[in-house]
Amino acid sequence: MSGQTTTLAKAITMGLRAAMERDSKVVLMGEDIGKLGGVFRVTDGLQKDFGEDRVIDTPLSESGILGTAIGMALRGYRPVCEIQFDGFVFPAFDQIVCQLAKMHARSKGHSRLPIVVRIPFGGGIGAVEHHSESPEAYFAHTAGLRVVACSNPVDAYWMIQQAVASDDPVIFFEPKRRYWEKAELDTSAGPPAEALDQARVVREGADITVAAYGPMVKVCMDAASAAAEDGTSIEVLDLRSLSPLDMDTVVASVRRTHRLVVVHEAPVTLGMGAEIAAQVTESCFHHLEAPVLRVGGFDTPYPPSRIEEEYLPDLDRVLDAVDRSLAY
Amino acid sequence: MALAPEEPELVQLLTPEGELVEHPDYRVDFSDEELRGLYRDLALVRRIDAEATALQRQGELGIWASLLGQEAAQIGSGRAMGPNDHVFPTYREHGVAWCRGVDPLNLLGLFRGVDMGGWDPEEHHFHLYTIVIGAQTLHAVGYAMGLQRDGMVGDGGPELTGAAVAYFGDGATSQGDVNEAFIWASVFQAPVVFFCQNNQWAISEPLERQTRIPLYQRASGFGFPGVRVDGNDVLATYAVTQAALARAREGSGPTFIEAYTYRMGAHTTSDDPTRYRIAAEVEAWKLKDPIERLRSFLIRTGKADQDWFEALEEESNQLAKHIRAGCLDMPDPSPMTMFDHVYVDPHKPLANQREQFAAYLASFESTSEEHS
Repeated sequence: MSGQTTTLAKAITMGLRAAMERDSKVVLMGEDIGKLGGVFRVTDGLQKDFGEDRVIDTPLSESGILGTAIGMALRGYRPVCEIQFDGFVFPAFDQIVCQLAKMHARSKGHSRLPIVVRIPFGGGIGAVEHHSESPEAYFAHTAGLRVVACSNPVDAYWMIQQAVASDDPVIFFEPKRRYWEKAELDTSAGPPAEALDQARVVREGADITVAAYGPMVKVCMDAASAAAEDGTSIEVLDLRSLSPLDMDTVVASVRRTHRLVVVHEAPVTLGMGAEIAAQVTESCFHHLEAPVLRVGGFDTPYPPSRIEEEYLPDLDRVLDAVDRSLAY
Repeated sequence: MALAPEEPELVQLLTPEGELVEHPDYRVDFSDEELRGLYRDLALVRRIDAEATALQRQGELGIWASLLGQEAAQIGSGRAMGPNDHVFPTYREHGVAWCRGVDPLNLLGLFRGVDMGGWDPEEHHFHLYTIVIGAQTLHAVGYAMGLQRDGMVGDGGPELTGAAVAYFGDGATSQGDVNEAFIWASVFQAPVVFFCQNNQWAISEPLERQTRIPLYQRASGFGFPGVRVDGNDVLATYAVTQAALARAREGSGPTFIEAYTYRMGAHTTSDDPTRYRIAAEVEAWKLKDPIERLRSFLIRTGKADQDWFEALEEESNQLAKHIRAGCLDMPDPSPMTMFDHVYVDPHKPLANQREQFAAYLASFESTSEEHS
């Protein structure tokens, strides 16, 4: 199949379909993922084509989804779990953090749990509370998990397949406000050069590096375009993997630009930006012309949707941080 | 507190006095040798437990969770399983582990602090111990859903079909995961046996803190049968588990077994039950000891003689020696092993951390060489 214009949601559907065709042990589990195709329609049509034994409409219990997925994985299956919204993952927190993440180590390598946990994350869609969270740091803090976030349809298509193929558990964050954004996807072109746990320079620049992931990549790209008109050359990194972090790519970029701003929707305190700032300081302190700055959500509960645009980092807040870094 | 032996719902085949009794729904048909085998199992796991408790008191184990009093519940259910049945235990299933061929020394490793479970779960069909209460019940249901998809459910008998057995205690029935496991098993008719050892105490909290109704009656609310069995009766526990397993394997769905028993010892070696329960209760349960009743039966019916019991005592002593020596010989793992198996495919940042720590450790070696 050659190129077609595809939304990010549809690209994940296509990736899941390809993974299921490739390996009969791949099963999907989640609430409303069958006939409805998921609340975001990411699993649209898959139950019809693969049957109810492989696309499992589950009871409404997130811990149940993860706990039974672990059992199925112990039996040799490769479950892909859908958590309906970011804010609903916490009932499954024990199963993810204490059970899923640790089983391989506890069993001295005997038991593998090749499970993918898909989580639509982030705000910007005008939703009620608990539907706009960015819980990635909780999982990135946990040894034994891999944590990734896709930002565009092409990556979504390939990264979901790489996640399913991973023998380690993967928390797969999907930028829900980008589900409907489109790109040209040529599935015959093969996967991108980067491995699942590698970052990518998505726009080269000379003056400053801005690193982001998931929904914020587009914001940073827009900021870079705007800044270019004013003569500032921003290099934009799509981190793609949050655990492990591809610090080689980040550090190489900072060594070129000498400045770094990290952008995410999650609160800044103890967020991914904090870890990246610490590691950049350790790795290339003498290359820095300014402190690493963070742009993110405030240390508040996610606000009501009528004011979420004030909470979410936008082009202006990214450029404000860029200006502060350059002026340092 | 109800001590229950005369409760009509309680399935019992061997009374505390060692008398066989008939039950309309359950029976066993053991040869004399098989009966002696069950006694041997009971006696040896009690010895393992006693040795482990002693090793903890001597500082060789960090902690031990004693199964004292629950031997029959574990041996009866453990011996009822077939080759394709898969166990998901708590941290107290030493008797079930014995039935599944796990070396007791592997159990000790966890409590000594040298590993988190040294056995291969697939080799023994016995999963790792689970400390977070109730989490394993969902794993059992998921495994059972896998068995369904593998065509391991139907009329092929124990050689061709299988079930998952989830062990948990009375306290665990208050956990969300356990209730979710009931729901999942029920709606998917998964081949699961929920084996609850109601030992009357969740550390210091009595059964009354967990439930207002007998636990086995909860099953009907979830849509599958529940049965209460005398958990100190190895024959009844065997019969009830065997029937539940057969039902699960043939595709008729889950069963809840409440093995009514008693935790004769402390919750763990760190616990002090004198703070929350009276000695008279323990004394009353001593009269229902799971091992004594089978011993009485074997002696009175002439199925085992004094020589046999003496030979078993000698075997028990040898096992105790094996455990003691094995525990004392168990080396501490190398510090570097903490980096092992975190991932199937280790990633670079962790590999870097490992290298840095190795270099840090090595720096002390070179320092000591310089000083020598």
